[in-house]
Amino acid sequence: MAEIVIKNLRKEFGDFTAVQSSSFKIEDGEFFMLLGPSGCGKTTTLRMIAGLELPTSGEIYIDKEEVGQKPARQRDIAFVFQMFALYPHMNVRRNISYPLISQGMSKRQVKDKVAEVSRILGIEDILDRPVSGLSGGDRQRVALGRAIVREPKAFMMDEPLGALDAEFREHMAEELRALHDRMGATTVYVTHDQLEAMQMGDKIVVMNHGVIEQFGTPQDIYDKPATMFVADFIGSPSMNFLKFHGEVLAGSSNVRLHHVDLAMPTVREPFQGDLVYGIRPEHISLRDEGDNRGEVVAAEYLGTTQIVTVKTSGGDLKARIASDQPAKPGETVALEFNGTTATLFDNQSGRALRSDLNEGILSHV
Amino acid sequence: MSSYSITEPSSLQKWLAGTLVVAYAVITLLPLVWILTTGFKSPVDAIAYPPKILFEPSLEGYVNLFTTRTRVAPETLEALPPPATWYEEVVRNRDMVIAGPSRYGERFLNSVIIGFGSTFLSVFLGTLAAYAFSRFKVPLKDDLLFFILSTRMMPPIAVAIPIFLMFRTLGLSDTHLGMILLYTAVNISLAVWLLKGFMDEIPREYEEAALIDGYTRFQAFYKVVLPQAATGIASTAIFCLIFSWNEYAFAVLLTSGTAQTAPPFIPTIIGVGGQDWPAVAAGATLFLVPVMVFTILLRKHLLRGITFGAVRK
Repeated sequence: MAEIVIKNLRKEFGDFTAVQSSSFKIEDGEFFMLLGPSGCGKTTTLRMIAGLELPTSGEIYIDKEEVGQKPARQRDIAFVFQMFALYPHMNVRRNISYPLISQGMSKRQVKDKVAEVSRILGIEDILDRPVSGLSGGDRQRVALGRAIVREPKAFMMDEPLGALDAEFREHMAEELRALHDRMGATTVYVTHDQLEAMQMGDKIVVMNHGVIEQFGTPQDIYDKPATMFVADFIGSPSMNFLKFHGEVLAGSSNVRLHHVDLAMPTVREPFQGDLVYGIRPEHISLRDEGDNRGEVVAAEYLGTTQIVTVKTSGGDLKARIASDQPAKPGETVALEFNGTTATLFDNQSGRALRSDLNEGILSHV
Repeated sequence: MSSYSITEPSSLQKWLAGTLVVAYAVITLLPLVWILTTGFKSPVDAIAYPPKILFEPSLEGYVNLFTTRTRVAPETLEALPPPATWYEEVVRNRDMVIAGPSRYGERFLNSVIIGFGSTFLSVFLGTLAAYAFSRFKVPLKDDLLFFILSTRMMPPIAVAIPIFLMFRTLGLSDTHLGMILLYTAVNISLAVWLLKGFMDEIPREYEEAALIDGYTRFQAFYKVVLPQAATGIASTAIFCLIFSWNEYAFAVLLTSGTAQTAPPFIPTIIGVGGQDWPAVAAGATLFLVPVMVFTILLRKHLLRGITFGAVRK
């Protein structure tokens, strides 16, 4: 088990920069998520940690040892591929024992190890089957077995649930997290699914266009987004953005936009120009009376809650409210924002302004 | 119209298609049947007109193929002790005695050495090159691949004279090594291109998994990629073997004795003691056997090989 430290990691493919100078630290035993849309550089980052790509510059420390330019086989890590990549010409037992054979382990030890791992994963009865006939879930378990059998320093997982159908994903995600908690192994997990990242991760790095947008716990990333990209990418429906032109002074705790005063956490830096007032749907409530009014255009029923779309002078807003609260399309309602949870962004650069809410979270100050 | 289906052909269509296939098979197999039967005919039956479909089978063609014979006077023949073997008897019936073995065996062996040798070399080099082209950043990759393909853009025999002169200077004329190198040079482009296609189809994740699992690049190639490429290697080997096995023009030009292969030798059989068509046919029939056996052994791979890429796994 090991901590992994990434320093100024950069990867270029010809003219294209896949990863721009990334730095972050993965604590020992952490379940760490690399999250971002496709092409954001998250898989490249993972492959560099694993040794499947060599970085253009920068350092990678696994267990305090710099491994940036070392081949994969010397890094003592395991990798779970999205398509599982089980060796198709070997049966389940051979697949799981293959990493042990390369270490020159005795046949007896290999046998014991495979038995132990297959018991943990509940795949004892399929050990002698060829991998080609296995179900998606069993393939996933075999791939995990091949990864954990060697007790490596860390696990790399590249969207390991991506190839499973929705119903089974949920189940496998729980199994994976339980396995991690049981083994306490440092795990780096790549996904483009923000729900998966929030659900499973201890920490999340959000990447976009090869740049790290934010790095922190799921709660911090959700509640205190560092950039508009993060605010938009995380959460479903995503954060509401109200754009306006104006000025805020350090120490002020409300802004005026479109003739309405909106509360917000006390701002710590002055700013003048194009601003964005960001508020999550669950922090908007509907009232009968109020200044900030709009017309309900749609209501999506989601069981315990509903998503109500309200047309206002500042644009369409989505509010998440209890499903027993009446909201019919065509009605005029008043909106109330829970201002202490709002974030103000610089519309040009997309970065969040420092405030009492996110003080100490932002890295770009 | 109710029974009409766009996916299921009608019985008439099936019957028509079946007939066409059978007719086509008969037409294409007819020369083969001709050769096969001629090998078992007597020299007289072999040139009979109209051709004899029913005939008395004889092994004379095969005996003649493997022997050289001398004609002797009838009285000398009678003075000899009775024939010890069935093939001696066949020869005596034509007022001849066996003078010794023919060169067919040697030529056949040459074909085996050169054919399989060049096939092995082409597939071996082709596999390594194809893997490199498929996986690594090779400088000028596209140009190199085009260059390799361009060696097939004219008939190989067009360069016969330069090759003849080169071989003479290098002392490669009429040597096994020379012929193996020549056939390898012709086959290698086919091997590289075919195998690159197969290698491209093998997901990189398999070998990456092996690299992570503690294996070197070469071990990953040898233990994980090669078994996956077996289909491609088998079908490439068949194509290479068929070419080098059947090649005639270069063999005529560059070999005459020690390294002569069967194709240029077989026609020369006809000159020994009149027009011995059954012996020629017998030589051709036996010559078919190794390629057929090789193809049948690998046919499972070949069928998957020639349709590769058509169906996603």
